[in-house]
Amino acid sequence: MRTGKSRVESVLIAAVLAFAAALCLLPIVHEIALSLSSNEAVVAREVGLLPVEPTLESYRQIMRDGTVMRALGFSVYLTVLFTGIAMLLTTICAYPLTRPELRGRRGIMTFIVITMYFSGGILPLYILIKTLGMLNTEWSLILPLAVSPFNLIIMRTSLSTLPDALTESALIDGASYFQILRKIIVPLSLPIIATLSLFYAVGRWNTFQDAVFYITKQALWTIQLKLSYIVLNNTQPEVFIAEGAESRLSIVPAALNAATVMIATLPILVAYPWLQRYFIKGAMIGSVKE
Amino acid sequence: MTRRRPLEQLWQLYAMLALPLLVLFVFSYLPMLGLVIAFEDFSVFKGVFGSKWAGLGVFAEVFKMKTFWIALRNTFLLNGLNLALGFVAPIILALLLNELRSKPLKKFFQSTLYLPHFLSWAIIGSLALQLLGDNTGLVNDVIARLGGARVPFLSDKGHWVFTYTFIGIWQNAGWGTIVYLAAMTGINPELYEAAEVDGADRWRKMWSITIPGIMPTMIVLLVIQIGRLVSIGFEQPYILGNDLVKGYSEVISTFVYQLGIMSGRFNVGTAVGMFQSVVGLVFLLAANAFANRKTGTSIW
Repeated sequence: MRTGKSRVESVLIAAVLAFAAALCLLPIVHEIALSLSSNEAVVAREVGLLPVEPTLESYRQIMRDGTVMRALGFSVYLTVLFTGIAMLLTTICAYPLTRPELRGRRGIMTFIVITMYFSGGILPLYILIKTLGMLNTEWSLILPLAVSPFNLIIMRTSLSTLPDALTESALIDGASYFQILRKIIVPLSLPIIATLSLFYAVGRWNTFQDAVFYITKQALWTIQLKLSYIVLNNTQPEVFIAEGAESRLSIVPAALNAATVMIATLPILVAYPWLQRYFIKGAMIGSVKE
Repeated sequence: MTRRRPLEQLWQLYAMLALPLLVLFVFSYLPMLGLVIAFEDFSVFKGVFGSKWAGLGVFAEVFKMKTFWIALRNTFLLNGLNLALGFVAPIILALLLNELRSKPLKKFFQSTLYLPHFLSWAIIGSLALQLLGDNTGLVNDVIARLGGARVPFLSDKGHWVFTYTFIGIWQNAGWGTIVYLAAMTGINPELYEAAEVDGADRWRKMWSITIPGIMPTMIVLLVIQIGRLVSIGFEQPYILGNDLVKGYSEVISTFVYQLGIMSGRFNVGTAVGMFQSVVGLVFLLAANAFANRKTGTSIW
């Protein structure tokens, strides 16, 4: 029963969606174009959606610029270390909670879930980090986020779908729980481990709020923190932003700026096909839990 | 049952739990205890347990600060605008996506609409600057080339409020469709077939079947968002705000940061944060009770 009117409506619907999709895509296309154009063309405001006088000069300059490469290197190091530690802690926390012989499971789960709803807030955590001597260390960016109750619950749910007999028969054969987790449970759970690693990694890569709070030393700037200072320097050059002379960098050439943005975005774009698939699953689990 | 020595091994399970639970205790529970500094004449040197008790004096001081009330107003203003203008955006997008017959086209639109969700606020801040800057933004270049006047998207208070709101919607509307699309797949297809037999057109089916079908989801999300009216993230206002628009861009989270970490007034900042949490809880409970009375839907 598809009438002519209905077909016109379908085209209209697709057009509205295409407009929304363009709004999402074009800013990044513009950024790519800026990063691939000559600085003169960028300064002359000639660049729209396609590169003008295409060149890799901005990227070359970034490679030579120690500060961007160092921030990028630190971000990679931090993300890898964080993801490893967070996955280890999440796994060794989730597995015992699937075992019926563990006493006090309910109490422990309550202990964990409470942290999803209540927190001390920004400043008490800051004072704690300061008291522990973790300001200006990578640990301030790792440990507070290393056990996500949300990811933990997903992990526990996934592990509890494995048959009980796996653990029980291995116990009878004399294996320890450590061996069972490492040799049986983990190899069977690689998909969920990959999924949650991605959650942790993307979260760590994109977050810079904690770095704003805890990090002043430039050697520990993440690429996002560096980018945020570039943005703030461009919008409020009069404001003193962080200690260290380099934070008062002169306005960065726009093409260079765009290339820095693209480098910070690149890992996300490369991982995007997987991101989408796994995060949608995560969003669904989250909405069911709510 | 020939389960051998299972109880002898049990300590291993507790050993595994020890480290993660310790991390949670230190970084989630200790800060909760640290909230006592909101009732103290706190000094960093004397520490949380060595500082003098101040009772509600710190809160009295907070309520006397004009800047606190401005930050609170701005938090409500930005969240309120986001709710008023942004709540329906994912619903509309989801309804439109649901009408697409072509699977690949739907997939393509979804992939594109989800993308902003994965960009960090530092990156979005950079994009905003490149596109919406007064003299350097592409959008203003286009406006100027078409003969219009440049729009101070980021540097005028009145404009900034809407720029902030729009960027927030831009980041989240696409991602927000997921929950609604999932709710739509749960609607019984026989309802649509019956409606078609009765001669209902596309819009009629949308209005009478799809929207009622996703209504519980809408109410739950509305309740949650109302509950969050007083809580606001740090990164978006921090990166998009600037001195020219500070009268509107200073919100509770950035205010707490300014008070505590930049100015060292930890007890005052903590009291502000605590006030926000308590009011937020009251809002959530009130919104939930209201929704429960009116529609029988609850978020618990």
